[in-house]
Amino acid sequence: MEHILEMKNITKRFPGVVANDAITLGIRKGEIHSLVGENGSGKSTLMSILYGLYHADSGEILFKGKKVEIGDSRAAIDLGLGMVFQHFMLVDTLTVAENVILRAEPARYRFVDYRQAQNTVKKLASDYGLRVDPRARISDISVGQQQRVEILKALYRHAQILILDEPTAVLTPQETEELFQVMRNLKQQGTTIVFITHKIKEVLAISDRVSVLRRGKLMGTRNTAETNHRELAEMVVGREVLLRVEKKPSEPRETVASIAGLTVKDRRGTTMVKDVSLEVRSGEVLGIAGVEGNGQQQLVEAITGLIKPEAGKVMLHGQPIQKLSPMNIKKRGVSYIPEDRHKRGLILDYNVADNLILGLHTQHPFVERYLFRNEKQIDEHARRLVADYDIRPTDIRQIVRTFSGGNQQKVVVAREFSRKPQFLICSQPTRGLDIGAIEFIHQEIIRQRDQGTAVLLVSAELDEILSLSDRIAVMYEGRIVTVLPAAESDERRLGYLMLGGDLHRTEGVEIGTSAE
Amino acid sequence: MELQQSSYSSRDLLVPVVSVILALLAGSVFILIVGENPVAAYRVLFVESFGSVRNIATTLQRATPLMFTGMAVAFAFRCGMFNIGAEGQLYVGAIVAAIVGVSFANLPRLIHLPLAVLAGMAAGGVWALVPGILKAKLGVHEVINTIMMNFVAYYLTDYLVTGPFHGGRWAPETDRVFPTAALARIFPPTRLNSGILLALVAIGVVYVILWKTRTGYEIRAVGLNPTAAEYGGISVSRNMILAMGISGALASLAGVEQVLGVHGRFIQRFSPELGFVGIAVALLGKNHPVGVFFAAILFGALRTGGAAMDRLTDVPRELVVIIQAMIIMLVAADELTRGLLRRRRTV
Repeated sequence: MEHILEMKNITKRFPGVVANDAITLGIRKGEIHSLVGENGSGKSTLMSILYGLYHADSGEILFKGKKVEIGDSRAAIDLGLGMVFQHFMLVDTLTVAENVILRAEPARYRFVDYRQAQNTVKKLASDYGLRVDPRARISDISVGQQQRVEILKALYRHAQILILDEPTAVLTPQETEELFQVMRNLKQQGTTIVFITHKIKEVLAISDRVSVLRRGKLMGTRNTAETNHRELAEMVVGREVLLRVEKKPSEPRETVASIAGLTVKDRRGTTMVKDVSLEVRSGEVLGIAGVEGNGQQQLVEAITGLIKPEAGKVMLHGQPIQKLSPMNIKKRGVSYIPEDRHKRGLILDYNVADNLILGLHTQHPFVERYLFRNEKQIDEHARRLVADYDIRPTDIRQIVRTFSGGNQQKVVVAREFSRKPQFLICSQPTRGLDIGAIEFIHQEIIRQRDQGTAVLLVSAELDEILSLSDRIAVMYEGRIVTVLPAAESDERRLGYLMLGGDLHRTEGVEIGTSAE
Repeated sequence: MELQQSSYSSRDLLVPVVSVILALLAGSVFILIVGENPVAAYRVLFVESFGSVRNIATTLQRATPLMFTGMAVAFAFRCGMFNIGAEGQLYVGAIVAAIVGVSFANLPRLIHLPLAVLAGMAAGGVWALVPGILKAKLGVHEVINTIMMNFVAYYLTDYLVTGPFHGGRWAPETDRVFPTAALARIFPPTRLNSGILLALVAIGVVYVILWKTRTGYEIRAVGLNPTAAEYGGISVSRNMILAMGISGALASLAGVEQVLGVHGRFIQRFSPELGFVGIAVALLGKNHPVGVFFAAILFGALRTGGAAMDRLTDVPRELVVIIQAMIIMLVAADELTRGLLRRRRTV
């Protein structure tokens, strides 16, 4: 089949690394071509070269068989390339239509023709099944919708090849499914798509072919139909990967945390958690499955003291803690991996050592005479955790902002896990991480469980919930719909419950009443 | 290592230094327009501010209040707040120090002077607590409130200095403070006084608070990422209030120094906008106490040298204001300045 685009022997060096090492890659017309690899494997560099943001040190690019020079992104756009970056390039205060036409405005008597803009955008949106209101402001629409606006921008500029840089990293599973539908529509209408991702499951679900990069080299290209999860995972990581976490059956002991009748409102006053009761025992992982936005975040923030609940109790070893400050809750042995490491988990402009004492910074041995920092202890603590959790780079004075997502998350994990918590709350612990980092964090969670910690795991990834949990609670619209033993759960059944399905009418499948 | 940890690396130094140089270059264009030789004019500027021990003393004296107000702005900024109320806080501190200074005859110096200084600090601190509390508890923006509090401070001190504490002379000023409350002159006939020592101590204390104590860790955490600070068990509101209090106390020391060390009395509206220049000093000093120290000296020198340049050449003293403004713009447009450098390097 003909190649619409070919990259031949592309090499790009940055000081100290070869980001792309003689990569040769052909994209066929009308295909969905996945590009997978861990963080730092060179995917983004390669696509940036294609889009004119970087210039290759050597190698050439052929478009429809002819050699082209892509000097800047404008040249790329003129060729018919469209790129949707992971971080959107949208003006928050403008409407969808205004963003789409920006720098390519339809004019009438030298004024912008907004009506035509809206109609064009509306037509494009309906042609490709990209549901979004052209008149809505960017700041008012969801992340998934903003992504559609980015795709519309590319289509409006007549993109024939669409490059999507990790588009699913910011989406919920439902939004991901909708994106896939859009991608199928685009493909049907002749658009070629390059799909960059970490997630092999998505590769298998959507693409025609897949190319794997590792450490700047192309490891190979496969027809998706002729490969499988295991082969791809090994190509990505370079060794055999534990796809399912190896774990012993749990040995739950006494109840560590119990939540009774908890009701929580969010900051806008909407009741997000409704009369939730749960128990988590020592030595078990209780997973909370649910579509994001069904109150999981508010539940966790109420337990950790960040929001005060409207009603109900949170008990730790029989003592009520719902009125305590976040600091006092921490001091009683509650550790928390927050869902958003940039907003909550880290102070990005602090160095590693300072981030590793966040929340411990008032305690012995990091403070002496109530006020003064003990730099020696702080550094020692940091060096120990950097070594134990294999955080890279190893310089404890380096600002965390400069770290990769995986290593940033390791900083959070190292801090929270090393406190020897009695109750550990992990919220989306592996979001946006590559396979190697996910494997590491999963093993650490199981190790905590085996040491007798009570673990509450909140995740939108059903795979994660299923592979780590001993019991699974399904949360829907602020309520716990049911609690199932993990052995009696599977993806289909949980998916059904997460969307509000009724347990007892699951096609007549008989399931034991919820555990406990 | 120590320097890097307190986030003052050589890279941070680059923009301020380049900004000053570029501003001086831009200033030379104006000197040419006036018809003078820029090299000669700048020579006068430099010699008159640093050319002799006496000139250096004058420069330091001019820099002293700016060290306090610069640090006040920097400290609040480290906690994520913009204290535009240093001017009002210094007036409140000044009037209280003056009142204590004129009130107690026959107190030993060892008690009277510290009492006047501490009372002034406390007054400025409390003054700044008001916007601090409003911000922390009700989310009212501190820029609005600190500006408003400035006006309250102007009119309150206007009233006090023309009413209950009006001195014996006709001018709107208090009586001279007792010698027991005065900051000693260090290098007469210049008005350099022991307030400069107080400033050095304050710089050291601020440095230690910010980078060597858990309080500083918390204050900076709140400034950099309040939601992460909250997650880390740090009380955002408590630290905001505390930082504003300390900021106000620092600002008020500028007023205290002016009253007890320079004028010897409170004079109505005496401040040549020391509180507002403090914003520029903090900006140029990158909100770091050591940076503030040098930035304050630069601004003090410009003032001292500018006055002399006005006297000795045809260049008006307003040139100094132009240079100051250029520095502020270049530092504020930090990315732009960096970009200029980068381009030059690649060409």
